[in-house]
Amino acid sequence: MKILYFAWLREQIGHAEEDVIPPPNVTTVGALTEWLASSSPGHRKAFAKRGSLKIAVDQTFARDDTSIAGACEIAYFPPFTGG
Amino acid sequence: MPLIRVSLEDFDVATELSRLQVNAGAVASFIGIVRGDSHGRALRSMTLEHYPAMTEHALAEIADRAMRRWDLTDCTIIHRIGRLKPGARIVLAAAASAHRKAALEATTFLIDWLKTDAPFWKREEFSSGESVWVTRNAGDDEARARWAE
Repeated sequence: MKILYFAWLREQIGHAEEDVIPPPNVTTVGALTEWLASSSPGHRKAFAKRGSLKIAVDQTFARDDTSIAGACEIAYFPPFTGG
Repeated sequence: MPLIRVSLEDFDVATELSRLQVNAGAVASFIGIVRGDSHGRALRSMTLEHYPAMTEHALAEIADRAMRRWDLTDCTIIHRIGRLKPGARIVLAAAASAHRKAALEATTFLIDWLKTDAPFWKREEFSSGESVWVTRNAGDDEARARWAE
């Protein structure tokens, strides 16, 4: 499964994407976020403000209880600031 | 058929508005420009990042929503990405209709929704060399909420 990071989240984590294989008990977006946050000090710091982050599963907005079963691409990003 | 484009390149305002004149009685538009300062500090540039796999779909959805809500003949959303200097155009939102009310309202709707629902992020670089990610303006959420159906 591919994880994408954007804007300041990408900078804090240090890369734009990573390929991960979450353990079998990680079945939802919320559990995935917890698991990623514990994967390095950089991730932990970046995810400290996770309440303000937005998440998309295969380019569709998701919530903490959204299933990640069969998902290919999960993106984490701050609120949008375009326009 | 709405025109949706995400591009490093600038757009030509006259060309884009002329396209919308076809079968219309009114064309309204909004153009966003990089300001020369932010919170009282001189800006050197603004860099726009986006989520390519999601952006065009998100913009098309906003345009389709406007087409359903108002009696439009057509509409356009063009958004630039990359590093832009003060004075540069960032975004064009424009709508065409038989009469001005629908065109003006739909244009406001397009830009209000774009601000909150399209995956773009801005980074400001100041003349001092320092740079910061722009944070979400609470007013943007209020502007979008005005359009609740």
